[in-house]
Amino acid sequence: MQIVIAIVLVTVVGLLCSLMLVVASHYMSVPTNEKEEKLRNCLPGANCGACGYTGCDGYAKALANDPTIATNLCIPGGDKTAKALADVLGVKALDVAEKEAVIHCYGDTSKRSKKGIYEGIKSCVAAKSVYGGEADCTFGCIGYGDCASVCPVDAICIENGIAHIDSRKCIGCGLCEKACPNHLISLKNVEKTIIVSCSNCEKGAVARKECTNACIKCKKCENICPQGAIKVKNNVAQIDYSLCNNCGMCVKVCPTHCIVDTSLAEN
Amino acid sequence: MLKSLIVILMTSVLVNNYVLNRFLGICPFLGVSKKLNQAVGMGVAVIFVMLLATLVTWPIQMYLLEPNDLGYMQTIVFILVIAALVQLVEIILKKYVPSLHKALGVYLPLITTNCAVLGVTINNINDSYNFIESIVSSLGCGLGFLLAMVLFAGVRSRLETSNAPQSFKGLPLTLIAAAIVSCAFFGFAGIIENLFI
Repeated sequence: MQIVIAIVLVTVVGLLCSLMLVVASHYMSVPTNEKEEKLRNCLPGANCGACGYTGCDGYAKALANDPTIATNLCIPGGDKTAKALADVLGVKALDVAEKEAVIHCYGDTSKRSKKGIYEGIKSCVAAKSVYGGEADCTFGCIGYGDCASVCPVDAICIENGIAHIDSRKCIGCGLCEKACPNHLISLKNVEKTIIVSCSNCEKGAVARKECTNACIKCKKCENICPQGAIKVKNNVAQIDYSLCNNCGMCVKVCPTHCIVDTSLAEN
Repeated sequence: MLKSLIVILMTSVLVNNYVLNRFLGICPFLGVSKKLNQAVGMGVAVIFVMLLATLVTWPIQMYLLEPNDLGYMQTIVFILVIAALVQLVEIILKKYVPSLHKALGVYLPLITTNCAVLGVTINNINDSYNFIESIVSSLGCGLGFLLAMVLFAGVRSRLETSNAPQSFKGLPLTLIAAAIVSCAFFGFAGIIENLFI
């Protein structure tokens, strides 16, 4: 008898509670924007901020409220997300220019020379404030991984004192671009494969002494490029990606091999 | 009367601290104590839920379970009632006090069936407190939880920058630090009762 009372009592309490919750959720539900929720479900949820809004929730909210905002701002989500967003909003889908981060310094510890030993806080920003870091070259990668620590997908690893970006993992959010105190990381279209792996703006002879990978401003690349896409500007070779067609002529002539074809150099 | 209430309050904050002395609610204690503002948010949410839970469970025990000789069902009934209640409060807050919901909202579902909350309600019954005493006791327990969270958030921020051996980094060091803070709180035993003689 006792057990029956117990069962009945617990059941009644449970039913009362659930009834209370049902009534409450019915009468006091806050009207959430359905469209916004649908849009939010389309987004990848990495909250990386590449779209320029505060995370995926912010982007969904902005999209729901303002029809003029483009649907292709989510770079990690790529074409699929842009299409899903466009479907929900009923607008035409725009292609996403898929981007990946590349680092413009390949001067690892075997290539660059050192001016001293740094034993302070293991952070690039801190190391940069002390004579620009350990290496003679003050433009290059310091190698304490400020970029790796902000990467949401662990695409960056530090090896031999420089950062390597795994293009297969990179979602193109651009957080590392902002974290690097030497501004070595930039986002480029995934279809463009030629990069200049040096950012040293010293004169050729000085740069060569500091690092065997350095751009020595010989202008061979500039002279051979059939498109006129590569120019030595501000004392370092720079590629105009709107003109580059991945022909790879500059890669062959570069005497220090600081121009690389990432599709071939994939280690 | 007032004296006994103060003794109950001080005892539950310092001597019988739920985290550091009774080892209840360790999960949020270790999980959310990394940053001070999160720790405070969690602590305030716990105070709120503990008070609310006591307000409801004490009458249930006294007027529903005990007259029917069902005191042994208190754990199940309490969990059920507390979980439903916190959900209800969340709905109400979301509707009428959105700012408060934004501040506490993340933490409320986390502590619906937290053992510290359940522990407070059951211990109030076991210590045969009356209604007022129960409320004061759960307020004290909540304040104690907040105190422990805030203190430990400070300890952990110091641990972050400490130069510890690799094998101790992270959780081991946190647990050792928690043990030391707990030892410190054992020093309060016997003080409060003698303060008011």
